[in-house]
This record gives sequence, C-alpha cells and structure tokens, in this order.
Amino acid sequence: MSLLSRMLPALWLLTATAAQCDDLNIAVAANFYGTLQKMAPMFEQASGDHLLLSSGSSGQFYTQIHESAPFDVFLSADADRPKQLESDKLAVAGSRFTYAIGTLVLWSPKDGVVDHDGKVLKAGRFHMLGIAEPRTAPYGAAAQQVLTALGLWDRLNADKKLAVGENINQAWQFAATGNVDMAFVALSQVSKDGSIAGSYWLPAQSLYAPIEQDAVILEHSAHQKAAAAFLKWLRQDPQAIATIKAAGYHVRE
Amino acid sequence: MIGSLYSSDDLVALWISLRLATLTVLLLLLLCTPLAWWLATTRSRLRVIGEATAALPLVLPPTVLGFYLLLFLGPNGWGGALMHALGLRPLSFSFGGLLFGSVLYSMPFMMQPLQNSFQSVGVRMLEIAATLRATPLDRFFSVAVPLARRGFITGAALTFAHTLGEFGVVLMLGGNIPGRTQTASIAIFNHVETFDYAGAQRLSLTLLLTCFALLLLVYATNRRTPDPTAAQV
Repeated sequence: MSLLSRMLPALWLLTATAAQCDDLNIAVAANFYGTLQKMAPMFEQASGDHLLLSSGSSGQFYTQIHESAPFDVFLSADADRPKQLESDKLAVAGSRFTYAIGTLVLWSPKDGVVDHDGKVLKAGRFHMLGIAEPRTAPYGAAAQQVLTALGLWDRLNADKKLAVGENINQAWQFAATGNVDMAFVALSQVSKDGSIAGSYWLPAQSLYAPIEQDAVILEHSAHQKAAAAFLKWLRQDPQAIATIKAAGYHVRE
Repeated sequence: MIGSLYSSDDLVALWISLRLATLTVLLLLLLCTPLAWWLATTRSRLRVIGEATAALPLVLPPTVLGFYLLLFLGPNGWGGALMHALGLRPLSFSFGGLLFGSVLYSMPFMMQPLQNSFQSVGVRMLEIAATLRATPLDRFFSVAVPLARRGFITGAALTFAHTLGEFGVVLMLGGNIPGRTQTASIAIFNHVETFDYAGAQRLSLTLLLTCFALLLLVYATNRRTPDPTAAQV
C-alpha cells in the first residue's frame, strides 16, 4: 500500500506530461529505418513529441494496417502501397507525398570488381549477381528494369546467375559476405558520409523508373495534428532534408 | 554496468522476451498437461487427430502462421469479433496477442515431451495405485506427474528457448512496436537491418548464453535424476 501511494504521484506526473506531448507510432520501411533513427532526436527536440519507430517490410505493414495496426504514420519503400491505402480509405486523403527517392547502385565490397560504366555486366565474367525480389521489392524491380534495358535479363536468368534476396537488405548481405560477386543495392545502404567503400556503378536514372518512397498519415490515428506536423517537418525542415540526402536519397525539389 | 552494455530499447526488448517466454511456459503447462495425458492414455480414435493437430504449428512457416493469426485476431476476424463482443480490445499488436501466438507456436515443444513421458509411465503403476484406493486425481498427481517429471522439465526448457528465439510470428502479429511488442529477437533483426552488428552481437550472445545455461541446467538435472520409469515393469 505504501509503495502504491508513493508511486501514485509519479504516475500522475507521467500521465500529465503525456497529455501535452504525443507518442507517434511510425511504421517505417526497413531501408529508411536507420536514417529516420538519426532524424528522430531532431524532430523530438523541435516538437516535444516522441517518435516510436517500428521497422519492417512495406508489404507486411500494408497487411497490418488493414488489420488496424496502431500506427500513426507510414513511411513506405514504394508509392503503390500508400496510394492503395488512400483508395482503401485507410490513409488520410491528401497527406501522401514523396519523402525520398532511392538511387540504385551496382556494388561490390571489393575494389576493381565493378567498373564505373557497368561493363562488367555485359562482359559476364562473374559467378553470381545479387538482386532483391523484383515482384515485391522496389529496388529489385529497378534492377530488373536496368538489366532488361541492357538486354541481359533473359540471359542472366537462363544462366542462373541471379541470386534473389527477399528484400534489398538480403541482396546487400549476399554481396557484403562475398557470396555473390556484386549486387544491385540501394545507394543509402553503401554510402557513408558521401563515400562508398568497394567498387560501384550508378546506372543512369533513365534506365529505371524513379524509386519513389511515399509517406501517409493513417486514418485511424488519434494524433492527427502531431502526425501532420511530423510530415511537414520531414518535407520542409532543412536539417531533415540534408540528413535524407546525406543518406543517399534524392528529394523532390 | 548493464546500462552501458545495452541500450534502453534493448533492455526493454529483453524484458518483454523474458516475460513472454515465462508466461508461455506457464500457460502451456496448464494447457498441455491434461491434453498430453489424454493423448497418452486414450484409446479413442480421435487420438491420432489430436496428435496431428498438436504438431501442426511446426508445419507452417512462422510468418504465415503470424499472418493467419493477424487475420483471425484482427477486428475483421472471428477472434477479434469475440473480443469485441466481450467488450475487450483486439489482441493483435498487443502483448496479449504475442502470448496467444507464442502459446500456439510453441505448443508442440511442450506437448511431445509430456505425452512421451506420460506414455512411459504406463498403466501398471496407476493400476497398483488404484488397488490402494487412490482416486483418479490422486493417482495422476502423486504417481503420474512425479514419474513424468523429466517430460515436464524438458518441455518447459524447450518451450522457453523456442519462445525466446521466436521471430516471424511476433513480427507479423506484434508489429515491432518498441516497448510493447518488440522482443529481443526482433531487436536483433533491427540492429542487423541498420548495420549495427555490435548491437546485434551483444543481444544475440545474451540470448545464446541464457538459453545455453538454461538447457545445460535442464540436461544436467535430467542426468542426475535417474529415469524413474526405467526400472519398472
């Protein structure tokens, strides 16, 4: 009893402060999780709200949001699922925008494996090439578009030279552990403060459709105001934009 | 000391995992003891169906099981509708939901050892107890349970370890929410996803050593207690 009576004022304080600042549950695509982790303290300091980050695959989040998952904001790895949620009336109409545009890179952790023009692909002197699953992962779809544009897609498939990871992180792991010679990965995965360890090729943006990553506010969120403030910050704050760019993404100017 | 070794998120995740594993063991002990006893002693034709059903959670890939549980427990599923009718919140994305999923997912790991050890107790000892006028309940608790203690120990240890390592079900059903449904195994996954291998290794090592110590203890205990069912017949 005495313990409870001593704890009561503390509990009251906790609930009292909770009334003033919001806890925002953010469902964030795995590829942006690390970047958002760096950005969260900036937003928390500016707004006083607290961000709870849940990392996962966009498909998994899409399913979970359909089952009333308690997320306020969804930062997807693509544009399709946020659009779908909008037409499902599960996302707030008009809240959707592209917070980051991904860049595809052909990468090897070793120097001298990938040349700056990607000629290594046509030469075909490699054992295995890693990509993410094109049917579910946006970077996988982009890799397929690049390989198709180069006229290599069918041949690589016929030769069984493609190692397909479930998502872009698995494609990265294939290459980083040396199990494939090189892999199509996200620039954000291999760029550290603007430089890349190993060898790489950046395919021209004309070879693949832009990898747009969209954000939406979810309809059932009880923190609509705080969620809108967060998305506005993500879109406009110079420090936020600089962090997104430094992580290897573009933003829509 | 501990605070500097783990981040606060990691500590919370470890605590959630520990609570989840302990409660899963307790619930499964309550649930599986009568069921395993029935499976071990019945001559009903339903027995094979029961055995097959109890082993089913081993078959489905964990994320698939998690997906079906999500549909079942969500507001549009039967489980969610039942909770709603009872005036309760749906279990999905809550600790209760994780517990529900874990109990189902780890059931074979409790059921099999219990059923095996009940079977090796055999009917003879119980018949002897019956001639001494022990009631069925008394026979069960003073004869069968002590004789089957190895099954209880093994089942509890396997269930605990299996729940600690659970990933797919809790990720799908729980939603990876820090402080609520983010278990240690999911926290490890997050560390790997963000290339924080040091953080991942710290947590992995913690889980491995915990489970190793636990299993070591269990198998050492099992070794020292001679199999009580071996000498009979």
